[in-house]
Amino acid sequence: MTNAPIIASVRDVSKRFVLHPEKSLKERAFSLVRGRRNSSEFWALKDISLEIEAGTTVGLVGHNGSGKSTLLKIVGGILEPTSGEALRRGRLAALLELGAGFHPDLTGRENIYLNAAILGLSRKETDKYLDAIIDFSGIEQFIDTQVKFYSSGMHVRLGFAVAVHVDPDLLLVDEVLAVGDEPFQRKCMDKIAEFQRDGRTIVLVSHSAEQVGSLCDRVVVLKQGVMRYDGEAEKGLRVLRETYIERAQDTTSDAGARGRIYSVNHVDAVARAQGDGSRVTVDVVVDAHDPQPEWDVTVSLMTPSGVRLTSVGAKESGATLPPGAGTHTIEFDFHNVPLTTGTYVVNVSIDAPDGFMWDAVGSAATFTVDRETTAGGILQLDASAQYRV
Amino acid sequence: MANNVAEQRSAAIATMPLRHAGRAAGSGPLAPIKELWARRDLVVLLTKREIRARYKDSSLGIAWSLLRPLAQLLVYYFALGELLGLSRQIPNFALFVFIGLTGWTFYAEVVQKATQSIVHNGGLVKKVYLPREVFPLASLGSGLFTFFVQFIILIAAIVILKEVPSLSALPYAIAGFALIAIVALGLGILLAAVNVYLRDIEHLVEVAFVVLFWASPVVYSFRFVNEKVGGTWLETAYLCNPITLGILGMQRGLWASGASPEVGGWPPNLPWLIVLGFAIGCAFLVFAHWVFNRLQGNFAQEV
Repeated sequence: MTNAPIIASVRDVSKRFVLHPEKSLKERAFSLVRGRRNSSEFWALKDISLEIEAGTTVGLVGHNGSGKSTLLKIVGGILEPTSGEALRRGRLAALLELGAGFHPDLTGRENIYLNAAILGLSRKETDKYLDAIIDFSGIEQFIDTQVKFYSSGMHVRLGFAVAVHVDPDLLLVDEVLAVGDEPFQRKCMDKIAEFQRDGRTIVLVSHSAEQVGSLCDRVVVLKQGVMRYDGEAEKGLRVLRETYIERAQDTTSDAGARGRIYSVNHVDAVARAQGDGSRVTVDVVVDAHDPQPEWDVTVSLMTPSGVRLTSVGAKESGATLPPGAGTHTIEFDFHNVPLTTGTYVVNVSIDAPDGFMWDAVGSAATFTVDRETTAGGILQLDASAQYRV
Repeated sequence: MANNVAEQRSAAIATMPLRHAGRAAGSGPLAPIKELWARRDLVVLLTKREIRARYKDSSLGIAWSLLRPLAQLLVYYFALGELLGLSRQIPNFALFVFIGLTGWTFYAEVVQKATQSIVHNGGLVKKVYLPREVFPLASLGSGLFTFFVQFIILIAAIVILKEVPSLSALPYAIAGFALIAIVALGLGILLAAVNVYLRDIEHLVEVAFVVLFWASPVVYSFRFVNEKVGGTWLETAYLCNPITLGILGMQRGLWASGASPEVGGWPPNLPWLIVLGFAIGCAFLVFAHWVFNRLQGNFAQEV
């Protein structure tokens, strides 16, 4: 769809939150008398502009507090932007919280009508979809039971069932797709795929890079309220990982000072392209202040989202670590690393034989694999396929 | 991927105008009314939810909404009527008190419920876009329901006591009730919005209603006020309370044995006062909604 119409448009939107430490009349009167404002403010979004074309699936990603949920709420009209404007058209359904507005004392059936009305369905339309909703939720036998007796899974299933039957042109989803058991999750994903085929527009906030990668054809990366990237999904996720790394490094800057006996002084990691993989070398520089007869260094390679790819100890990999004060350099060499293109993180720890950890540095270094890969995901494995008659 | 369904949908979207997400600041005073009219089903359902949820699982159910005013009636009847002897000066004292209580309970319930409505529905306000007026409107709806239940009892009492009011007085009752309803809605909408920013309001309202109860002629008749402060500015101030006017209207319309000015002590220009009060009430409602509309943009982050 080259010239699809714009379904939602965000123009120079900024959002300022004012934080009130407390909210009582007395406190307010005091701060009024003293003439100072007892509040602080911060910008959750800064000058965001975004045009969303009908029929696309857009992923909003970023770490916690990056403003992605705020942006979603502004598109949904739940929050007003401080400056700029948000426009949209067509019917909207927001899955910000499944079963928002369910009343515990009403039955499932009564709640379907109420929730559908909240999402904008008229009574007649609800009548029409009622059977489909009950069927989709898979809780027919409890539909006339009060919702307060539902398990949390049933609650969420009913909420999802109502939301997807509202016939939206624009569906806003905030972290709610990972609900219910596996069969129900598959059902949800099928429904989302059906929505995409029907040309509905989906704006999705998710922490799951995998989910975003498989569903979205466009990714918007936010960091501290600023748009860092807007475009093709694969690249967007790479940018997202980089922001995770930046953030991790911000928080571990003074890590070297912690270990009194041994401390990690410096870590360097380099990846070089090699015949059928990459060669990754990690140099760890350790300061020994109070030498012990036995010590070991462990290096872990991680994805930015925290999946451990491997952990290797220096001793078991053949290094002899001499006791003695001063600076030691240990070189790790990983051959034929079958990783796909992307940035990865190195964690380092110095261990005592009894398992005590003298020092550990998360995200001590990063390396980037950049080579021709055909596989999706993390690993580029030697795979072949052929047609068999 | 581009199939027929998708193309039709995209063509349909292309014809729609782009609108403000949420409510535009300068969309004109009629836009919220249109929006609310489109969501009237929702107001009805929210009202039903409030009513059903309140009495669900209690074995007496709806009867509870009667027992409170009946208990009040008994207390006032014996304490004020018999012990303090008010019933000697006010004919059919029980009926008189019940008319006033019905009007007052309606007013108090709507304002108090509406004041809390946005905060109590915070979960919804934060997660879904709705015209937020639906919440105070649902409070009005549930108040109306309680009122009608009480009103049926009132009619039964009138029939049993054979105190049937004259037909020509009925417009007083209707106008008086309409005045109470419009003021209650305006005040409820205003306080609902302010309460989001200043939670003390809902407690303040509770206290204020205890005091205000005595500022309207519910358990004593207006004649006493007239006899004490008649003609002074105090009487004027007393009559400036729209709820006083509304309750006077209801009493004038439904309290048959007090219809004559000698017994009821009605202000001579009562019809005009009620009409004037109603007009001011309408203006107040517009103002209250203007304030609500300005504040509602930030509800989701303040609740």
